[in-house]
Amino acid sequence: MTDQKAPILEVRNLAVGFHTAAGEFDAVKGISFDLYCGETLAILGESGSGKSVSASAVMGILDSPPGFVRGGEAYLDGENLLKLSPSKRRDLMGEKIAMIFQDTLAHLNPVYTIGWQIAECFRVHRGFNAKDAMARSIDLLDRVGMPDPERRAGDYPHQFSGGQRQRIMIAMALALEPAILIADEPTTALDVTVQAQILDLLIDLRNERNMGLILITHDLGVVAEIADRMVVMNAGEIVEQGPVRQVFANPTHPYTKRLMAAIPGRGEFREVLPLPEGDAPKAILEVRDLAKHYGITGGMFGTSTGQTVKACDGVSFDLYAGETLGIVGESGSGKTTVANMLLRLTEPTRGTATLDGKDIFSLAGDELLRLRRRFQAVFQDPFASLNPTMSVFDIISEPWLIHRDVMPKNRYRERVVELLESVGMVADHAERYPHQFSGGQRQRIAVARALALEPEIIICDEAVSALDVSIQAQIIELLADLRDAFGLSYLFIAHDLPVVQELADRVIVMKSGKIVEQGTVVEIFTNPQERYTIDLLGASPIPDPEKMLDRRQRRGISV
Amino acid sequence: MGTYLVRRAFHSFISLAGLLVLVFFLARLTGDPTNLYLPLDATLEARAEFTEKHGFNDPIYVQFGRYLVQLSQGDLGDSLMKARPSIDVVLEAFWVTLSLAAVVVPIALIGSVVVGALAAYRPGGAFDRIGTIAALLGASAPDFWVAITGIILFSLTLGWLPTSGYEGNIVYWIMPVTVLLIRPFGLLVQVARGSMLSVFSSAFVKTARAKGVKERSVIFVHALRNAMLPVITVAGDQAAGILNGAVIVETIFGWPGVGKLMIDSIFNRDFAVLQTSILVTAIAIFTVNIAIDVAYAFLDPRIRHN
Repeated sequence: MTDQKAPILEVRNLAVGFHTAAGEFDAVKGISFDLYCGETLAILGESGSGKSVSASAVMGILDSPPGFVRGGEAYLDGENLLKLSPSKRRDLMGEKIAMIFQDTLAHLNPVYTIGWQIAECFRVHRGFNAKDAMARSIDLLDRVGMPDPERRAGDYPHQFSGGQRQRIMIAMALALEPAILIADEPTTALDVTVQAQILDLLIDLRNERNMGLILITHDLGVVAEIADRMVVMNAGEIVEQGPVRQVFANPTHPYTKRLMAAIPGRGEFREVLPLPEGDAPKAILEVRDLAKHYGITGGMFGTSTGQTVKACDGVSFDLYAGETLGIVGESGSGKTTVANMLLRLTEPTRGTATLDGKDIFSLAGDELLRLRRRFQAVFQDPFASLNPTMSVFDIISEPWLIHRDVMPKNRYRERVVELLESVGMVADHAERYPHQFSGGQRQRIAVARALALEPEIIICDEAVSALDVSIQAQIIELLADLRDAFGLSYLFIAHDLPVVQELADRVIVMKSGKIVEQGTVVEIFTNPQERYTIDLLGASPIPDPEKMLDRRQRRGISV
Repeated sequence: MGTYLVRRAFHSFISLAGLLVLVFFLARLTGDPTNLYLPLDATLEARAEFTEKHGFNDPIYVQFGRYLVQLSQGDLGDSLMKARPSIDVVLEAFWVTLSLAAVVVPIALIGSVVVGALAAYRPGGAFDRIGTIAALLGASAPDFWVAITGIILFSLTLGWLPTSGYEGNIVYWIMPVTVLLIRPFGLLVQVARGSMLSVFSSAFVKTARAKGVKERSVIFVHALRNAMLPVITVAGDQAAGILNGAVIVETIFGWPGVGKLMIDSIFNRDFAVLQTSILVTAIAIFTVNIAIDVAYAFLDPRIRHN
């Protein structure tokens, strides 16, 4: 594995600053690490740790201004990258060192064909003519597993799935066989099964070409899955580095220990809420044969073409009081469509959802308004789901302005403070605005808003997906506490299986608009019956290097 | 794309029909042409003969019906003023305006995109500062003032350029084209700069740099095509404005364009010319809009595939 020769990349005392309105900010405070041929070095950190900024600085694509390299060296083949002239450095980019990114749709140029974009490497660095360069890019597409590469080379980025686009990025980065590949969160935006394929491909190519792979990630599972050594970053500094197994087994720095402790779904299951005994256990919400079909329109007058997309197709389940029902599935499985229909944000094509003997889809006017206070929601992106022009007080008290009879006006202030305290914030926060808070704090505000109407059911649509691991753990804990304190029922929608394992009582697995399997959390996670569930669980990385090695060997990938 | 164009043309046709109805009735609110065309002391018989001849004595809906019948036969009516087919009068004038637009718009588009792109490349740099100020001045300069000052300076004082007139010689074109150019150019530089600024901060520009692509190519190959959509939109708007008649420039420089013709036809209560010139310019503007859509689809495959 690790070559004991000299490192191919030596980073020494790299420091990066940012000019901000409040003065200079040290994003990276003098970090040093080495990379060897044929190894995978993971740089692990949460948002704001400086992991991506360090890589951008080495790569020479720091946003500058406001960013600037304050000091340090990065030696590649004995040359300090940070001191090279722009034209010399350009010669090395793509040729010796290359990079792939998380958001592949944004990182590929939307107006050029992917074949053209890959071929550009050969035209720029090797002076190939357009025809030869295109032939080479088709070969590369074939190598990274793109089906029908000759035809697809003429397609544009938006015509590919996320996983395919990452394959395209990889083909482009590896076109000139660089010695170093920096992968910045390469699989974070992908579904777990696709993530596993992309990680396999990266390892395969690393072995084939004996390159050094730097993997920047926040995901301990991914680190455990493919890295040899790891560097843990926090607040611009490296707090710990070493072989992956050693760091996982014996983390020494308090930050690393905290991070390891925050990993969700470490095998312990919540004690499953016993279903009510008796002849007919009464669900508070009964969903039957719920479906949403979208017609495809086209032609001269925008009429229906007769084709439909079945976003959700005949979903039935019960939700009991005080339980958390997890809905898991990959993108396009229809899980969010279910949430939107229950919130009456999207009208169902057919189906019923019975609450207290009434079908919520047939309600209108006042009845619908009264229903809405029993159903509240917490969404994924706390940056987008809070109105930036409203203070926290306005945000939390707004539901009472709509539902006038819930709360007398003179109690607003007092109740907002109570709610803030119940989500772990303080009274002073009421007068501030969303931008003054971190992602985790904003999600707490969103939870407080959801609680304002004292609902029975809260629909959490990927409510912790955008948060860092340690913040995620806090919000999960908060949700669990609130559930137990107020007897709430959650419909907890997530693509991230360990998070569901942590919080749910029962789990529904969805695929292509249908329920594939449902059962208690123990049943689903320890004894899945359906092939799809087994694959899904098998693809989800486990933050445990020993288990991952075992799994990888079974898949036939050498590490 | 084909279906799309047919659909757009169909929608344009409906709008056009509505416009025709509106113009027909509104034009007749301007007053009775009889008073304008006959001497004040014309006899009642002469008046009756005039209204009879031009059909103004019929109820307005009968006149409208007659107009529709003529229209369906391709007859747009004769000019009262010039006593020849209105379409001939309008097309002559439209050609003048079209040739002005055909010179002005491409220069404004290409020039402003290059200036805007270079300004956005180093925001706050010397080129950006000078370019931004010049663009602001250009976008806010009143064209009639620029035209008159230009005549005083270049024609009367320096004697380099003719004061007015419309002939083949290029010297007659320099001032009208420049005056017409200033405002769209200034506006488009601002749009292009803003659009390029946001594209420069986009992720795919980073990818291009990470590939080792040269900066010139980053600007003009990777970024520019993505930044073109808003520029094209505004350029189309400006082109439509010029096609609709560059009244001030046409009047000051004595160019017999369609804008001047329209104004004159209103004053002259020359209904047929007014209707026809609005019809022709409206068709031109619809064509520009469709051309913009085609340009969009050409520039951005995501639009093509929708």
